[in-house]
Amino acid sequence: MSHTQTSGSSDGADSGPDSEAVATHAAPAGGAPTPVRQRRRSRFPTHLIVFIGPAFAIYTVFMIYPLLDSMRLSLYGAEAGDQIFVGLDNFLRLLTDDIMSSRFWNAVWNNLLFFAVHFFVQNPIGLLLAALLASSTLRGRTFYRTVIFIPTTLSVVIVGFIWQLILSPLWGFVETPLLGQSSTALLTLSLMSVWQYVGIPMILFYAVLIGIPEELVESARVDGATGWQVFWRIKFPLVLPTVGVVSIITYIANMNAFDLIYTVKGALAGPDFATDIMGTFFFRTFFGFQLQRGSTTMGATVATMMFLLILAGVLLYYFSWHRRVEHYEL
Amino acid sequence: MSYEGKPVSTVDTSDSARKAAPARRSAAGTPRPGRIKALVPHAILIVYLLIACGPIALIIMNSFKSRQAIFDEPFTPPTFDTFDTVGYGTVFERSRFELYFFNSFVITVVSVILVLVFGSMAAFALAEYRFRGAAMVALYLALGIMIPIRLGTVGILELLVDLGLVNSLTGMIFVYTAMGLPLGVFVLTTFFKQVPRDLKDAARIDGASEYRVYGMTVPLIRPGLAAIGIYTMLPIWNDLWFPLILAPAEQVRTVTLGAQAFLGQFVTDWNAVLAVLTLAMLPMMALYLIFSRQFVRGLTGGAIK
Repeated sequence: MSHTQTSGSSDGADSGPDSEAVATHAAPAGGAPTPVRQRRRSRFPTHLIVFIGPAFAIYTVFMIYPLLDSMRLSLYGAEAGDQIFVGLDNFLRLLTDDIMSSRFWNAVWNNLLFFAVHFFVQNPIGLLLAALLASSTLRGRTFYRTVIFIPTTLSVVIVGFIWQLILSPLWGFVETPLLGQSSTALLTLSLMSVWQYVGIPMILFYAVLIGIPEELVESARVDGATGWQVFWRIKFPLVLPTVGVVSIITYIANMNAFDLIYTVKGALAGPDFATDIMGTFFFRTFFGFQLQRGSTTMGATVATMMFLLILAGVLLYYFSWHRRVEHYEL
Repeated sequence: MSYEGKPVSTVDTSDSARKAAPARRSAAGTPRPGRIKALVPHAILIVYLLIACGPIALIIMNSFKSRQAIFDEPFTPPTFDTFDTVGYGTVFERSRFELYFFNSFVITVVSVILVLVFGSMAAFALAEYRFRGAAMVALYLALGIMIPIRLGTVGILELLVDLGLVNSLTGMIFVYTAMGLPLGVFVLTTFFKQVPRDLKDAARIDGASEYRVYGMTVPLIRPGLAAIGIYTMLPIWNDLWFPLILAPAEQVRTVTLGAQAFLGQFVTDWNAVLAVLTLAMLPMMALYLIFSRQFVRGLTGGAIK
């Protein structure tokens, strides 16, 4: 367990003169502290334990252990207070029991719709705003960027209630109870969530766009490309990998979304479970609600299914998007 | 025109520009867009600005108005006649919002400090030393970036019951620290890797211990610490899930849960509802506006690097 320092330079990008400088400096320095180094090498690496230990311990005890414990519990059944190993029975019940499975698939389906609205609304709006902000002639971009991002910093509870008030027929801005009808409730909630989080794709796309070298754009312009062509042929392909990153972040966040639905529609995710997503379904299964009794092991089973759904999404993203989309080094 | 935000390195740009367009890169200046054409982006941005901030402004504005005025003229700012803070009175009379603020404050600040201290220590070690299993430790800690901690809720609740930490600020702090650490370690590691080695080696030759070297290096990554601090703080302050499940008792209630409970109870008292919403969103909004630069930088640096 030696503790040789890793090199300070991060990528191959700044090789050339930099790395030479490091090398020449390192030569004399490397000679001098040899005795120190040898003394340390023979010792137990206390400092490593001290540095990594606390983070490692807290993370393991309060995150990894509970996650694994949840997965273990999903294989157990609770009868008369004792936990007995039941294998995949819970999963079987979740997927085949009449009431359970219809609720489960309803929640999965709603959750996918919830994500689809994010994907198809959030990305284009985010890209449009980012493209406008990144234009070199725009004034006041810091102001726009900062202010448009404000909703993202709010609590979902606040967002839910703000829109609940505004969409309330009592206040009279809208006539139809958009949140009360099962045909519009989920879409309305999804758009509320998009309203809140569109700042994230905007900022991430913006960062890519301002990183595109001006020469690249200019040379295309000189070659006769229009602004529209420059955007679609040069800028868009460079943004595409980030669209993937944003989408997978959004997917993961959506798959364990809960606060918004719970705030606006309660744990029953009404009307008639039209807005029920995995988070609310998990909550009800775990804690029970009204006539339904809560179950620790079934809750763990639902959580494990959520994990599998997230894993499936990540793998799908990795193999169908990440590996296909070309990544350019700028 | 200068770009703000990430400065574009000159070496990089000319290289890739040459690769992509080998023929010409003599600047021929973009044609000046017409006056009207230049206004279009502003028009779109202002429209979106209103969509993004209109609802928020509407809530804050109306929280200072009388009930009558809220319904009669929702779009007018409070005037001398319609100014009314009865909602705020109700909030502080009927609920213990000062207590909720205190709880949220303690949970958020302690968790953020723990994430920054323990996170930077681990990140320093991962960036600085080459040891067997370093890659494994880094990967293990990074798992938490992709796996939402909420999936472990069943296990977390059982654990806190066993430890006697249900309905306690301590339990929440541990959970939030664990939640913030993965991204913290990951991002801070990239910041530590950028600190020049000569500096640290010089200190070592002078006989500084590894702890001292760490102490010297930490101030150099302040931008990273600021970004992670803000990025960790927001989801903790705004979270509803864990307060609802792990600490629902009145004594340890956070602002977000307190607002949720209060809003459910006082749905019909619009003055009070608007006041609670305003009270609950102002602290984070103010902090964001103060630190927006670091926040944006952290978000892009962490996600794109």
